[in-house]
Amino acid sequence: MTVTNGADWTADEMMSVAAARALRDGTACFVGIGLPSKAANLARRTHAPSLVLIYESGTIGAKPAWLPLSIGDGILAETADTVVSVPEVFNYWLQPGRIQTGFLGAAQIDRFGNINTTVIGPDYRQPKVRLPGAGGAPEIAASCREVIVIVRQSARAFVERVDFVTSFGYGHGPGDRERLGLRGRGPVLVITDLGVLEPDPGTCELTLTKLHAGITVEQARAATGWELAVSPRLGTTEPPTEEELRTLRALEGATRREP
Amino acid sequence: MAEVVSLREAVAELVHDGDTVALEGFTHLIPVAAGHEIIRQGRRDLTLVRLTPDIVYDQMIGAGCARKLIFSWGGNPGVGSLHRFRDAVQNSWPGPLEIEEHSHAGMANRYVAAASGLPFAVLRGYVGTDLPAHTPTVKPITCPFTGEALTAVQALDLDVGIVHAQRADRSGNVQLWGIIGVQKETVLAARRALVTVEEVVDELDDRPGAVVLPSWTVACVAAVPGGARPSYAQGYYDRDNDSYRAWDPISRDRDAFTAWLSEQVMAPGGSR
Repeated sequence: MTVTNGADWTADEMMSVAAARALRDGTACFVGIGLPSKAANLARRTHAPSLVLIYESGTIGAKPAWLPLSIGDGILAETADTVVSVPEVFNYWLQPGRIQTGFLGAAQIDRFGNINTTVIGPDYRQPKVRLPGAGGAPEIAASCREVIVIVRQSARAFVERVDFVTSFGYGHGPGDRERLGLRGRGPVLVITDLGVLEPDPGTCELTLTKLHAGITVEQARAATGWELAVSPRLGTTEPPTEEELRTLRALEGATRREP
Repeated sequence: MAEVVSLREAVAELVHDGDTVALEGFTHLIPVAAGHEIIRQGRRDLTLVRLTPDIVYDQMIGAGCARKLIFSWGGNPGVGSLHRFRDAVQNSWPGPLEIEEHSHAGMANRYVAAASGLPFAVLRGYVGTDLPAHTPTVKPITCPFTGEALTAVQALDLDVGIVHAQRADRSGNVQLWGIIGVQKETVLAARRALVTVEEVVDELDDRPGAVVLPSWTVACVAAVPGGARPSYAQGYYDRDNDSYRAWDPISRDRDAFTAWLSEQVMAPGGSR
């Protein structure tokens, strides 16, 4: 376990805790697998017991006792309020805007919050790296009322312009979402292992608004592939509480012991 | 009426070289044994279709069965990439693999259109993404009532649809439950459907939320207990997550993969 700055939590734990806190109790959240699922399940165990977790496998209101490895593990179906087909989860539940928060990861994210999970390299037909692809993300990014992205920050992942737009953020800037008729607000928070970025209300450019405890602006700049703007009201994330850390570690422990 | 036959007979009868074939299962009820039987019977030039091609498609691609893949998310869930798929796309090994790429919502609606006997389906999707520029089966469409700009996706008509299910009765009526994914749409979108099942029973008793596919919608039913492993069949066995993790090092290396294929699939007594 990597320990940052002598603190008794890791950068990844801080990221999961910060992301969990961003989810409001009583709302519905469309959850991607991996970091989003971890944070959403932490939120449900701490301040948001009535958070409704929706996975693209059609499991609505899943309450897993440990973190599923895939978006369709049996524990999701067994604990869900209802299980619907894949056409239904996208057409009846996501598309009309019933879901408050879309919670996504990213391989690349750019200055305007566009996400790439398709290919690395300039030529789609001759990619340098072939990534898994879109999954449910393009429509989650378009139709959830807001999107939260959770991703480890590095200059490789935080690029000036993504090689491929898999999921639309703010395109090239203000007005692009509206011109395309997208109904959700788009990415409102990008939570990393270093801090939090938010779109500037005027330019839509992702701007550093919070640093996690012990992280410097220079570290955040070095881990960003564009000239990172810093909010004049730059804040600091509250460190994880003992309860948050205990709950997160218990969740990870239950996942390792998964029957 | 569905014929209840062996898996070998069903694949021999229904799956031909050059066919468009979907082996569906959204993490649950994946017809893995049927995929291995297709490899054993040496099918070639298939267009493989699936929302979530996972390790059985990685195996079929590595074994040289596929000419083209139509998909929306190609990975080993929670583990990482599909390395045989990557090797085919990036290095044309064992041969070139054409791809046609969608989102889950688009793929799901393409099955719905085919199951509905329509030429296309309409959705709010793909807008602003780079997918339509590379995928000719996605087009903009204007709503004839409101003038709103929407997206059309072409129906995904299948030669063969293959799914796994919990059980069937002796007449070939199929019952499945839990995560149902696009199992029903796959069967109804296909000219010929094959369902592998955990067991054939005298009578299908009630299950909450179960999907029933009447016998006359399915060409062949084959009893293949454990036929979804390492995925799972709710009520029968759990997902074998360790097998998904173990696939990663095997699939990274061409020699390790080739050895695995001959030991686990091609050898007499290998898988099923």
